[in-house]
Amino acid sequence: MRVRIRLFARLREIAGAEELEREVPEGCTLSGVWQALAVEFPAMAPYQRSVSGAVNADYARLDAAVADGDEVAFLPPVSGG
Amino acid sequence: MTAVLTDADRPLGAVCTFVGLVRSRNLDRDVLFLEYEAYVPLALKAFSRIEDEVAHAWPSALVGIHHRTGRLEVGDASIVIVAASAHRADAFAASRYIIERVKQIAPIWKHEHFSGGEVWIEGATADPDDLSARDEARRRACA
Repeated sequence: MRVRIRLFARLREIAGAEELEREVPEGCTLSGVWQALAVEFPAMAPYQRSVSGAVNADYARLDAAVADGDEVAFLPPVSGG
Repeated sequence: MTAVLTDADRPLGAVCTFVGLVRSRNLDRDVLFLEYEAYVPLALKAFSRIEDEVAHAWPSALVGIHHRTGRLEVGDASIVIVAASAHRADAFAASRYIIERVKQIAPIWKHEHFSGGEVWIEGATADPDDLSARDEARRRACA
């Protein structure tokens, strides 16, 4: 199945794109998508412990399952205000 | 506005406005300008969530939250928060709570351009269900 991956701030810069499409295995979790991304872009690995995730523009835990066509997002630590 | 403020069912006696500005210095760096980036649909949901938390904690308060994105110069306003309530204590507390929660859970990022370089500011790992963060915001709001 395919998912759309939205990236922001430093993660977007590391990937060189604000949006990616990737094939992931059936039953994949948000964490699984992240792990594959961190292999593809090793500079993302340091964010392993601080990244937050979202599925279809709602915060989601990293063990949440993703489905075909989902928009998943990975968020580095936030700094609004 | 007048209609809201004079509503007999929700008597309002205080309005507290918080405006956050782009500061000229940060961590010993001379700031040139900031670029804000947001995951807009999730940021709007985070604002709604914060408003729900305020409605629960300070039921008399009426609040509004607005955050800008894109390039902002030193001295520009980046965020405006308004809280109105029957008495001043709730308006102050609600507005302080909102800015603390925005910094914790709104998917918004500052890209700081300073004399000699640029850096993404990374603050809190966003987790709206983290109760200790929520308690900390509440504690600061009521200090």
